Parts: sequence; structure tokens; C-alpha cells
Amino acid sequence: MSKEPVAVVGVGQTKHVAARRDVSIAGLVREAAQQALDDAELSWSDIDAVVIGKAPDFFEGVMMPELYLADALGAVGKPMLRVHTAGSVGGSTALVAANLVAARVHGTVLTLAFEKQSESNAMWGLSLPIPFQQPLLAGAGGFFAPHVRAYMRRSGAPDTVGSLVAYKDRRNALKNPYAHLHEHDITLEKVQASPMLWDPIRYSETCPSSDGACAMILTDRAGAARAPRPPAWMLGGAMRSEPTLFAGKDFVSPQAGKDCAADVYRQAGIADPRRDIDAVEMYVPFSWYEPMWLENLGFAAEGEGWKLTESGVTELDGDLPVNMSGGVLSTNPIGASGMIRFAEAALQVRGQAGEHQVDRARKVLGHAYGGGSQFFSMWLVGSESPDA
Amino acid sequence: MARDLPVRDIAVVAFGQTDHRRTSEELSEVEMLMPVLHDVLAQTGLKTTDIGFTCSGSSDYLAGRAFSFTLALDGVGAWPPISESHVEMDGAWALYEAWTKLLTGDADTALVYSYGKSSPGPLRDVLTRQLDPYYVAPLWPDSVALAALQAQALIDAGDTDEPALAAVAVRSRDVAATNSHAQLQGSVPQGEYVVRPLRTGDCPPIGDGAAAVILAAGERARELCERPAWIRGIDHRIEAHGLGVRDLTDSPSTRLAAEKAGAFERPVDTAELHAPFTSQEVVLRKALKLEGGVRVNPSGGALAANPVMAAGLIRIGEAAARIHRGESDRALAHATSGPCLQQNLVAVLEGDPR
Repeated sequence: MSKEPVAVVGVGQTKHVAARRDVSIAGLVREAAQQALDDAELSWSDIDAVVIGKAPDFFEGVMMPELYLADALGAVGKPMLRVHTAGSVGGSTALVAANLVAARVHGTVLTLAFEKQSESNAMWGLSLPIPFQQPLLAGAGGFFAPHVRAYMRRSGAPDTVGSLVAYKDRRNALKNPYAHLHEHDITLEKVQASPMLWDPIRYSETCPSSDGACAMILTDRAGAARAPRPPAWMLGGAMRSEPTLFAGKDFVSPQAGKDCAADVYRQAGIADPRRDIDAVEMYVPFSWYEPMWLENLGFAAEGEGWKLTESGVTELDGDLPVNMSGGVLSTNPIGASGMIRFAEAALQVRGQAGEHQVDRARKVLGHAYGGGSQFFSMWLVGSESPDA
Repeated sequence: MARDLPVRDIAVVAFGQTDHRRTSEELSEVEMLMPVLHDVLAQTGLKTTDIGFTCSGSSDYLAGRAFSFTLALDGVGAWPPISESHVEMDGAWALYEAWTKLLTGDADTALVYSYGKSSPGPLRDVLTRQLDPYYVAPLWPDSVALAALQAQALIDAGDTDEPALAAVAVRSRDVAATNSHAQLQGSVPQGEYVVRPLRTGDCPPIGDGAAAVILAAGERARELCERPAWIRGIDHRIEAHGLGVRDLTDSPSTRLAAEKAGAFERPVDTAELHAPFTSQEVVLRKALKLEGGVRVNPSGGALAANPVMAAGLIRIGEAAARIHRGESDRALAHATSGPCLQQNLVAVLEGDPR
């Protein structure tokens, strides 16, 4: 049996900021959704179903907020699904929506992810202690820092690599009008001089807390034919999960991430990701995760990822640009962060990425992960349809 | 060009559930879930590594902590890594996601599970956090009060009265006597008013529980189950959140989902309805045009056991199990979410002709 090809014909996102005090949660999601509809030149009545995602409900203090958001997202009378797979949720949400089209259950689907972190306190949203379980050690950085340290020891990477990533991503963000952090006076020295938060992770090597939403319109072959602007075609998509904590877990390069990437490459006919993929929007909430994921995703051999970063390969004008939009390091509405990666990948292959557009971006990977590096979701989008 | 229709037959081939209880404080969620997962795997002879896709439904707000579902994954045994997803919804919607995944052909089997422990917190208060956070939730209208509004609207419209509601309660708990998993069985006094016009007996028990289902496509389903419960159609629809803009005596989303699922094409012999309140069965019977010949909630329904986030999946499981046992040939299963039946899912299941 064959699947229906899935195309991205509309992308929308809010300007991401620390606190959107001018809009409610409903106002925030409506803004991104309307933008995606405008991009696709469609109206609310063209949408068959809505798939929405966000990270834990405790971040806004609303249980299952999709119930309240049904009206704002034009979902009344339609199917509405709510996905939650921790930090990978934005990517997973897009994949669940894509499956509705691929399975020919629906023709055109609105998918959206958001976080309005200013309505609550993410630190405490993540730190509810329960018996017999390790808390997240005061935020995600405390959890991930030892794994970064393990990577440095294993790979022999010099301790300057993390700051290079942060400096690059923050400069890329200056070219992206939707990015949260616009640090016009950023210098490498400033990154390196920023306070140490969780050794070896410095303040400027961490992501901000953002309010923001991202939306996409996914459609079938017929819908893509009607699209006013070039569609991005989904060439492969997959999710993989493994347990949070167990003796055999490799926190530096989790097997679930490797398997997920391998599945996507198989679907998309990618033999050599380093050669066949033009750019990557990667989930990098702490700068050192760029070299780590370069290895996990097969762009570099084990222990070699930092060399790509150090040699400038991942710069906007490099041979394999990573996080052209500024990435999670510059914009982090947690539940939406994964979808922003997927959406930015789509913008690149559509040639719609504006100032941070990469020349000849024909195949771009969108990547997200969540939990204690246990949930992975990825898609590869291309400028050519899979049956072209 | 008209879009191609789904071409794969997908069936429920196994169903398991816990005994639902008022509290399970001695068990973690994982411990509560594990026996159910083992049960459905044993029914089919499958191992975790044989499963093509796994999807679960649960809610952090019941557990009282963020990312609660990440621990449940440990119970599944996600090693080597598995293809897996989660909805922050009742497990019935996790089943819907798994069904679409099987339709794409990416997997031939799926494990679906859901669980909810209502015992750690005051459920009526917890559910108020589902409401519009700016205008409604700050007033803390609880789930029974909202259901009472709906019940009163039905009585005012002449659709039911208190004795009729009491009869729904009695029938549900009487038939639950044959359901060893049910929390409330047999004769239960109708009791005092909780919120007029609803009495204790009109309300569901508050309890903890888990459920799991295995889905399989085509020939795989026949290999795994003697009489698979084929999903002939499944659809879900949501309504406006604001109670002021809805006619609480009707459920247009249920009717539309049933229509899209093909429920009205031929009569069903069984209906498992997720109606936590007696008054909601009245609304659903009308929306689904259920006639006298249909066996409604032979399991006792949500009035006998209502583990939040699992109760909808249990309706699908109960309907499927009746088909497996040869007690039904065409059954309807319904799940709901949100205040006063805001969101509704309908599945139509059939056994092979005998």
C-alpha cells in the first residue's frame, strides 16, 4: 500500500519574546495559526482537523488546554488531537498531523504548538518532587551538564567549542525577525565571559524562556497543487523512544536518536547524510548539544562532531549550516521549539527563510528531542515531491 | 481527483484492564500499569519488540507532576528503542492516533494504553483546571456542578426526570455485577444530592485504573485473535468550550462523529458509552439514536468505574471484547472529554459474519 505524500504549504510563527502580556494563550495560538493560513492562502473552513502540542500542562497551569483553545483554533465541529511527548512534542505533533494526511484520513490539517512560559514558572513546573525519583536538579541544565562533561571527556573536545555554537546561533538569530534573543552586541568574548551556571554550561550557552507559537498547514498532493507558494515535501519522518534511566543508556549518544535518524534516512533514500542533506534545524538547548547531535544524527563519526563545529562547517555560510534560525538557543517556547525546527526546515526548502535562507537548500532535516534524551522526533523535508 | 479511502482493515485483537479501585496508593503508575501490559501481550503472544507502534494517553494533572508519562514508558520496556507517542488525552484518542499510524502502513501492530490515578488529589477540584483559565477556572466550578447544569437543562427541556436518571444508575450498577473489574457493583443507594439535581448515585465513582489494547492490521489480526473486532469507522469531534454557547441537552459532536464513523449505516447491537453522569447517557442516547434493542453499557459503564483518562479506552476495549467473545456482531464505542461532553469520539466495531 502507498501513503499519500505530505506537503507543508503554510508556516506561521509569532515573534517570540519573554512575555507576551498583550495576548491570552488563545490570542497567541490564533496569531500563529492565522499566519500559517495566510501563507497557504487558505481559510479556517479549509482545515479538516487540528493537531496541537505543547510541553507539560503545568507550564501554564491549565489542564488539557486544547479544550479551551478549540474555539480560538477554529476546531469546533472538527477533530482535535493533543500530543505531548515532552521537549520533542513540537516535532511529534507535526508527525501525528502528517500521518492524518499520509493515511488519507484528512486532506488538510492545521498543526500547532505553543508555550506561554510567562504565565507560569517553568522551573517549578519541572521540579515537582515525588518520592523515589530523582528531581530534575533545579532545571534541565542540571540534568544535562554531566552528559556534556561526559561528551567532552569521551571526544577530547577542547572546552571552547560550546561557546562557538552559542556565538554562531545568536548571530544567526539576528537575521531571524521571529527569534526571541536579538543580541546585537554579541561577541565570542562575551559568551566566554558569561557566568558558569552548571559547569561546563555557561549562561550564554543556554536557551531562554519564551512565549511563542508555531503553526503549519499540512496537505495532500491535491492541496499542494493548489498552493500559492512552493510546498515543502515530507520525505521521511519518525519517532523513537527509550527509557529515561537505565544502566545501558548512552546519554551522550542515545540509541533512540540514532535509530530515529536511520529510519528517516531510509524513508528519504539518504545514503550519506553529510553529503545528501543541505542543512539542519537541530534541537540544541545547550550549546554543546550541537557537536553531540552531529554525531548522533550521523553527520560525523563518533568523537568528531566538535571538529565540524570548530572548522565552521555549521556556520550559516558553511558546508552544513546548523540552526540557521538561531535555534533553541535563541528562542525556546518549549512546547513549540520542536515544531519551529520542523517549520524552519520547511521554510528553507521552500526558499522562504528570508535573511537566514541557505542557498540551494533542497533537503533539510528538522530534529527534536525531549525528556532525559529519551524521546526523538525528526523529519526530512525537500523541495521536490517524493514521486517527482 | 477524489481522495483514496483508507484501504487497510484494522482490528482490536486484545484488551486488558485493572480492577478499578478508590485508591491504589501502594502502587506507582508504572506498577498499576504493568500487569495490564503483560495481560494484552500474553493474550496475543507478542513481545514488546514485536509491536510496531506504541501510543499512550494520560494526564500530568492527575499525577500532580510534569512528564508523568515518561515513567510509564519504563513499564513498556522501551529497549531496544521503540516507535512511540503520547496524547495528553483519554486513551481512546491514543487508539485513534495508533489507528492512523497503522493506516499509513508504517506498522502492522500497535500497543495502546492509558491510565489515571484520581486518588492523589481532589478530582473535582483538579478537573476545574481544564476550564478557560482567565474567565472560568478562577471561579472553580467543579465537574459535578457543571454536569448538574446539564442535568437540569435536560429536566427543564422535558428530556428526563430524576426517577429516570435513578433508573440509569440502578441498571448500570446491576449489570456491573458481572464485571469483576468494576468499582461499584450491584445495588448502590441513590443517596443525597451532591449538586441538585444530581445525587451520589448519578455520579461516577472516583477511582484509579489502567487499560491496554492491541491493534493489528489485516491478516496479522486474524493470526493474533480468533475473532478480531474490526474498526469499521472511528471519528472524533470537539465543540466550543464555553457552556453558554452550547445547547447542553444535545451533543452535535457525538452525532457528527458517529455519522463519520458510519454508525448510522446499520444498527448496532451493543453500545459502550462513556457517560460519567446518568444525565449524560440521556444526551448520548438521543445523539446516537439508540433504540430499545441496543444493549447499552453491559459492562456497567462509567457509572460503575471511571478511571479518568482510561475510561474512554475501556469503552472501546469492552465493546471489542464482546465481539471477541461472540456476544456482539456490531458494537459502538464512545469516549468523551472536557466539561459537559465537550469532545466526543465514536468507533464502530464489527466481528466477521458467523
